[in-house]
Amino acid sequence: MNFEDKDYRIRVGLAEMLKGGVIMDVINAEQAKIAEQAGAAAVMALERVPADIRADGGVARMADPDIIESIKKAVSIPVMAKCRIGHFAEAEILQALEVDFIDESEVLTPADNANHIDKWRFKAPFVCGCRNLGEALRRIGEGAAMIRTKGEAGTGDVSEAVRHLREVIGAITRLTVLPEEELFSAAKELRAPLTVVKMVAERGKLTVPNFAAGGVATPADAALVMKLGAEAVFVGSGIFKSSNPQQRAVAIVTAVAQYKDPKAVADCSRGLGEAMKGISAAEIPDENLLQVR
Amino acid sequence: MKKPILVGVLALQGDFACHLSQLESLQVAGCEVRRADDLNDLDALIIPGGESTTMSELIDRFDMRLKLTEFVRHRAVWGTCAGSILLARKVDDPRVRPLGAVDMVIRRNAYGRQVHSFYDEIEARLNGTVSRLKASFIRAPIIEELGGKVTILAEYQGSPVLIEQGRCLVSTFHSELHDNTLLTRYFLECIVLDGRKGCPG
Repeated sequence: MNFEDKDYRIRVGLAEMLKGGVIMDVINAEQAKIAEQAGAAAVMALERVPADIRADGGVARMADPDIIESIKKAVSIPVMAKCRIGHFAEAEILQALEVDFIDESEVLTPADNANHIDKWRFKAPFVCGCRNLGEALRRIGEGAAMIRTKGEAGTGDVSEAVRHLREVIGAITRLTVLPEEELFSAAKELRAPLTVVKMVAERGKLTVPNFAAGGVATPADAALVMKLGAEAVFVGSGIFKSSNPQQRAVAIVTAVAQYKDPKAVADCSRGLGEAMKGISAAEIPDENLLQVR
Repeated sequence: MKKPILVGVLALQGDFACHLSQLESLQVAGCEVRRADDLNDLDALIIPGGESTTMSELIDRFDMRLKLTEFVRHRAVWGTCAGSILLARKVDDPRVRPLGAVDMVIRRNAYGRQVHSFYDEIEARLNGTVSRLKASFIRAPIIEELGGKVTILAEYQGSPVLIEQGRCLVSTFHSELHDNTLLTRYFLECIVLDGRKGCPG
């Protein structure tokens, strides 16, 4: 664990460059081009979007390298791809494919129920999901270069992402006012490395960029998570499961860039057609939730 | 600083917050630029790193192109990485429509994808002195051609990586990701204030 390591700083550096942007899930070259033209800062190359993974059931795995390659060829913006939690062999494959960012993702079926990937030994940067500060700090301790909320992927219901963002940011705020001698037990409660806890307590923010994901479906959703403190937004099923993906992609990028201006968000929200139908996260039985992975 | 100045940072996408915190650490007033009108009272503009396709698209979507082109022609501006691509006369990729402030041709992602991104220290000739700068090259571009009015301040592996032309400063790398504020101070004191005295070096 060396947060001053030059290669680590370069990995976090790319996450810094993605701030204020939208990262869109795409399943083919055509969708990737729509995303890039709409102003996406990056795309996530997938075989199926989370809503379909949820509907199809079964084991969800890393995408076919052919899909990733075709998306890499289609666009000039960074291309991310997902591997299963703990599946370092999938991660090595993605790194060999020169994917720009690896998402060790709860949307896929976990490969290791006890361990996440040791992300320090990779040259490619990793993003990991979290529901609370403890999870975020453990992932940072393992070498993640970016943290995102888990939300509840594939639902089109933003409420879980909101809950996770508030959890993380609220817990950081509480850390900053603790006397130093209480940080030891705080680290114990958070089940996170003391070094990381101390750094976050001092800075008042995570040591890596903090993005939102899981359930964003409208420009207003995107503006909401930005206003709550997210530094960029992942949109999974919300774009290509809507009635007019092109227009919705453009609108969500506009909403993130102008999230401080409700009039601009209102304007880009007009006439977008139907958002993804979605399901209420509260109606999903606990055993079917992706965020608990 | 001899007089209070206001520096805007284009905040459509990218690492604008890093530039703003460097300005803050130097006690220089900085502000986000998200609309054309935000340019009105600025002494200088920084175009940050990020995705040049995204910024280029949003500059047009928010009707900022005319005012930005005018601004970068007459006032102090510094482009880093994606920002340097936007300042170029010509970009190798039609997906980016540059502002054309600096007489150079630039190629995007010229070192390769993220796994080929790297950190190094470079030597720059700033105000007659050789200074060492911390430099992160993240999916960085390479300047392929330069016009006659351009001054090269630093080269790396045979390519210019830090140049200036008139009141435009261009760096293909990121110095703002590091705790060293030397390049920001150079921009403020030697280009924005345009006083050749008291430049850091």
